[in-house]
Amino acid sequence: MARIFTPKVVTANRLMQGDAVWLTANGHWSDNIRDAEFITDEATADLRMMDADTQAHLIAGVYLADAVMGDNGPEPTHFREDFRTRGPSNYAHGKQVDKVENNV
Amino acid sequence: MYKYNDFDEGFVRTRVAQFRDQVARRIDGSLTEDEFKPLRLMNGLYLQLHAYMLRVAVPYGTLNSTQMDMLAHLAETYDKGYGHFTTRQNIQYNWPELGDVPDMLSDLADVGMHAIQTSGNTIRNVTADHFAGAAADEIADPRPVAELLRQWSTDHPEFQFLPRKFKIAITGSPNDRAVTKAHDIGLRMVMQNGAAGYEVIVGGGLGRTPMIGKVITDFLPQADLLPYVEAIVSVWNRLGRRDNKYKARIKITVHEHGIDEIRRLVDARFAEIRPSFSGIDQEILTAIAEQFAAPAFKIADTKGYEAARIANPAFRSWTDTNLTQHRADGYAIVSISIKKHGATPGDATADQMRVMANLARTYGHDELRISHEQNVILPHVHKSDLPKLYTALRAADLATANIGLASDIIACPGMDYCALATARSIPVAQEIAMRFDELKIEHDIGALKIKISGCINACGHHHVGHIGILGLDRAGVENYQITLGGDHTETAAVGERAGPGFSADDIVPAIERLVLGYMDLRNSADETFLDAYRRLGVAPFKAILYPQERANAA
Repeated sequence: MARIFTPKVVTANRLMQGDAVWLTANGHWSDNIRDAEFITDEATADLRMMDADTQAHLIAGVYLADAVMGDNGPEPTHFREDFRTRGPSNYAHGKQVDKVENNV
Repeated sequence: MYKYNDFDEGFVRTRVAQFRDQVARRIDGSLTEDEFKPLRLMNGLYLQLHAYMLRVAVPYGTLNSTQMDMLAHLAETYDKGYGHFTTRQNIQYNWPELGDVPDMLSDLADVGMHAIQTSGNTIRNVTADHFAGAAADEIADPRPVAELLRQWSTDHPEFQFLPRKFKIAITGSPNDRAVTKAHDIGLRMVMQNGAAGYEVIVGGGLGRTPMIGKVITDFLPQADLLPYVEAIVSVWNRLGRRDNKYKARIKITVHEHGIDEIRRLVDARFAEIRPSFSGIDQEILTAIAEQFAAPAFKIADTKGYEAARIANPAFRSWTDTNLTQHRADGYAIVSISIKKHGATPGDATADQMRVMANLARTYGHDELRISHEQNVILPHVHKSDLPKLYTALRAADLATANIGLASDIIACPGMDYCALATARSIPVAQEIAMRFDELKIEHDIGALKIKISGCINACGHHHVGHIGILGLDRAGVENYQITLGGDHTETAAVGERAGPGFSADDIVPAIERLVLGYMDLRNSADETFLDAYRRLGVAPFKAILYPQERANAA
């Protein structure tokens, strides 16, 4: 029986800063998960992962993360991925203060 | 304390240069991430949830004011103004950028520090009693031996690719403040016929399979220590499971083969390698020990201290809670709480680090320690200086009188920072501390160890907390299991799981209910939570935690 594919986004950490980034449909890396390409089939996911692997000079630790489509773009489904979109809960650090879009 | 010699200096400088080149090659694409990852881990650099994390070694938790000032400089220059002290007596920086890390390591080398072997499948930073060289109950200062072990294990060619990480702890006191029974090797100094030696414990550890270590020899002469430790690691290096990382630690090896078989193999290996230890290690140890000579303790009266205790209740409360008896007359060991209610356990700002460095310089014979409980220690302070020191600590928000109390919580970084974590631990620790502060009952509760881990790896030592909390992911929701009766001391025990876990909203009320229930159950205010648990068993505590189940059963 074929595996059920749940929608995904491609995510990684930026090589120089280490912050979380998401792969957009045009092959760039965005600080904002809402800019990510929303992937609904396994073949596209495999292709995008191969694309990501060619960008090792920009990112590290690439993987697929579950997502759902929200009103303003993809949103994480798991609290771990949610933390990655905003930063730690004990300080206002990370993406919760770094609002500037800084696509690589 | 130990000062780098020319060899140490050259070795660390060479490593910094190597790593600078490795970082440059990763950035220019000459190295892939797969090639770079083991190299960065060998230098303490992780890639975490939101950023890189650099783990800096504080060998056996000892540092001087210049080194603490440098830690502050790193926090301010390369991070967001703070650092996080860990249960391995290290410090972690949560926000460095890759290109800055070689400069950070170079700055550390300027003050005789590094990040070597703070990660990887190798012998990690050797930890020790944070009161070493000061405690009244001490047989001898364990730090010279810890330093000898550091020198022996650093870049040891046989032990750079072990089956898993390997942790050694050492204490020179019968009262174990170094958690020796939960380490791969625990060393406890003992006296036999007037000679100092070591009880050697192997196969302890926490993580997904918590185990209390077993005694492999009850007395090892001082001169045999290094070859014997090498024999243990050598035997495990050969037998350790490399097929399954979860079964790779020596505790599993000891469990699978039995302590008697491990002892036989270690004795055989020891017999093989003992002749190759010519005695130079003991000469090195003697030279190291000279550098750990006790400072020139001053002689002064303590009338001002006694008067301040009478005049200032807040000062008296702080001295009651945060001081430990020193071996020298008129002196005290000061534990500075890095656990202000509501703050992140173990975090200190750059300004606070500088304050502590200055206090060590002015009042503390230039010595500081990091405790495995994530606090900072001034090991040698004359009591006559304590009122001034307390005033300075208060001004820096460092005078919280809660050492050993309910809010003095060990908490790992959890899912707020750690890529391995399955739930958060810091907010739970913060909320528990705030709750008991609001109730104003911490001092009535008395000695209580609450320890929180954000995943099964147990960096927060929850298994050996009187009350342990383990954060897990249950179907995409944070869930917290409670363990009871754990003990990290010489009477070490692994806590027993109390029952089903609690949601993030329910865990703090559950802990409050548990502690208030204990206060009703105890014989007197002198009976600690752990004593009451050992007297009564788990049942009444379960009934407190799960009142609905009791009602349903009725």
